[in-house]
Amino acid sequence: MAEARPGRVVPAGTTGLVNNTIEFSAVDGPGNRFVVFTQGCNLDCVACHNPYTINPCIDCGDCVATCPSGALSLDRAGKVLWDASTCTGTEVCIDVCEYDSTPKARTLAVADLLRQLRPAAPFLSGITVSGGEATQQPAFVRSLFAAVKAEFGRLTCFVDTNGDVEAATWNLLDDVMDAAMVDLKCLDDDIHRRITGGSNARVLESIRLLAARGKLYEVRLLLLDGVNDADDLVAATGQWLASIDPRMRVKVIGFRNHGVRPSPVPLREPTAGQRAHYADVLRTQGDFDLVVV
Amino acid sequence: MESFRAEAEKLVTSRALGYDQKLRRLAAQAVSALPYPSLSPLCAEALDARVICDMFEGNRPFTPRYVLPDYAKALRNGVAYLELEPPTTLDDALSFLTILYSQVPSVTTYPVYLGDLDALLEPFVPADLPDAELDAKLRRFWIQLDRMLPDAFVHADVGPSDSRMVRAIWRVERSLRQVVPNLTMKVSPDTPDDLIEDAVRTVFETGKPHFVNHPMMLADHGEEYAVVSCYNSLKVRGGAHSLVRLNLKRAVDRHAGGLDAFCEEALPHWVELTAELGEARIRSLVEDQGFFESHFLATEGLIDLDRFSLMFGIFGLAECVNELMAREGLNARYGHDDAANAASWRITHRIAELVAARPLPYCGGGGGFAYLHSQSGIDLDLDATAGTRIPIGDEPGLREHIAACAPHHELFAAGISDIFAVDETVTANPQAMVDVIRGALAVGMRDFTFNVDSNEFIRITGYLVRKSDLVGIEEHGARHSSDYLAATAEINHTVTTRAIKRVIAAELSPHVG
Repeated sequence: MAEARPGRVVPAGTTGLVNNTIEFSAVDGPGNRFVVFTQGCNLDCVACHNPYTINPCIDCGDCVATCPSGALSLDRAGKVLWDASTCTGTEVCIDVCEYDSTPKARTLAVADLLRQLRPAAPFLSGITVSGGEATQQPAFVRSLFAAVKAEFGRLTCFVDTNGDVEAATWNLLDDVMDAAMVDLKCLDDDIHRRITGGSNARVLESIRLLAARGKLYEVRLLLLDGVNDADDLVAATGQWLASIDPRMRVKVIGFRNHGVRPSPVPLREPTAGQRAHYADVLRTQGDFDLVVV
Repeated sequence: MESFRAEAEKLVTSRALGYDQKLRRLAAQAVSALPYPSLSPLCAEALDARVICDMFEGNRPFTPRYVLPDYAKALRNGVAYLELEPPTTLDDALSFLTILYSQVPSVTTYPVYLGDLDALLEPFVPADLPDAELDAKLRRFWIQLDRMLPDAFVHADVGPSDSRMVRAIWRVERSLRQVVPNLTMKVSPDTPDDLIEDAVRTVFETGKPHFVNHPMMLADHGEEYAVVSCYNSLKVRGGAHSLVRLNLKRAVDRHAGGLDAFCEEALPHWVELTAELGEARIRSLVEDQGFFESHFLATEGLIDLDRFSLMFGIFGLAECVNELMAREGLNARYGHDDAANAASWRITHRIAELVAARPLPYCGGGGGFAYLHSQSGIDLDLDATAGTRIPIGDEPGLREHIAACAPHHELFAAGISDIFAVDETVTANPQAMVDVIRGALAVGMRDFTFNVDSNEFIRITGYLVRKSDLVGIEEHGARHSSDYLAATAEINHTVTTRAIKRVIAAELSPHVG
């Protein structure tokens, strides 16, 4: 164990701000998984595929009049209300939002999510909380996982995270979380700051800590052509990861333009050939369990 | 006689059909030139109006529809009629089976059951035989099957246990990517995850196998059962005399009432007429054509009349339910609304009850009654959805889809199917499909069949065709006889433009067997 863990904290976080849920997903960890996407993220990545999950809604009301089906309204207190039953999913509200948010995030109780999870449970390997950034609502994630473990001991509980979080959060989740999948946007801190708006110091520490506890399912490298994909940088990343665990599961993800915002940094998709090359470079540094997508 | 001559003329002068295909179609024409077994006027009218249907098996078939020989017994005792001694080596066993297959009849003129090949062949695999040599032998056998029995209803079973043979079968399947044989894997809670995952990877390549609920099958048929043709689960050493089916859409169209009246008045009427049709066809086969008195499979005990029954099929449930909901003044659709789903379950349970109360002769396999079968369609069905399926394009999400369909499955001992199209992303995570299969069987599905959106194989109800084989079939013909059915299905249902999404299709066509 890397460090001593504090005593168990039982938080009151039985509700969370949730962007959406997916009953079955084959791309959010091992096996078929129920996925909860939380609303709100502490980074601001240029390559974010779902930027409308970055901020909570500030109730500016700009989106209300644009809804073609009248599913949005303002209540007396000036809060934006979304009516799921009349929403037709045009996403115009998200397109016009200038605050990287959505009027459709909801405060859900753990009990609400369990109700959704129950009929899907026989078909699942587990549940994944993604985002947004799951670790921004640690007490909620903890309550949810504890409830899942209590009712479905068979299901595994995973977090999909940007890793930019204090060790205290991992300590809080430790006894209910089976593993985490961590994004490493860039090993070079200057580039990391440029493409995420923050330092990678806590990300690296999270990867180290989770690996030491046997709770690191995989590290994801999102590579952008000409930004964070230089051979020496990829090799150095491989070397660093291998120093932690040379057989680590590493997922190489070629950046795709889908859903991203206009960016000051030029964003280009790497070709299939480039993605294969990244994997080749990584292989020179360790016997990784490599997945390229 | 005029139309018989015209049809025969067309067949013998065809430039597209092969010699063997012409021969088999000419035989089918001859069988249908004989008089139909005697039916009551009501039954004959219902047949004419296609409310009930005989699957165009021909007027006087001289073979049961599906025959499941006891291959284990044949391998143990040899076959006197074919002058075959019991084999002692793997090569001899493969040769023995190949010869025996050539003599196994069915409605398609090809054997619809090749045996539980892993269990049959595993005892012949020497412990010191390297995998590469095992694969080479199996590969040769597999190519023979596809070339000599060119019909996608030719079907083999494997599982539920792990073995060297079943692993070799998946390897060879993935490397050859053939249409034949169609495959079913029996899955029990004890079947290892990684064996199911190996099968899932095979589906990614070839669209095969189907996955079936072994404990549910055991409860219905006992240890010796198999899935044959497509989705037809029957007793080994037995089979099905015939398949008759009731078009629930047409039944509801000819009846004015709502759900209660349909269940209490219409269904008893139509179920009786369907059973009468089945009984007439069984008596004709057993008593007039005398199949079981003369065929060596029967005389050598490789099949047993007492293990046969009639398959009682239904289809068009979706249209039937939606029409009844409209008559009840409800805006409810099968697959989407609780009231419609509940009505669908009530209808199938009522049919099951009626079929279980209508004794039939020579149906010892079903304890003296017919087996229920959710009939997955033929190429002429334009207005009714296959079996108990939700119409193509109207399916809800995967979990809701399973929840709507699963309650039907336990009723259909002789087979039921719903085909699920899954996103290509699962190919990078086959365990996700293992999870879904386990879940589907755990919540009561009898069969779970899925397609991946990008596959070169199209599943037409239960059998496979390669998309490339359908191109230009009108002019130059096709080697697999089942491709012709798919070509008709393509014309009628625009299968290829719908790509690999669930497709309605053709289990049998009036032009074949």
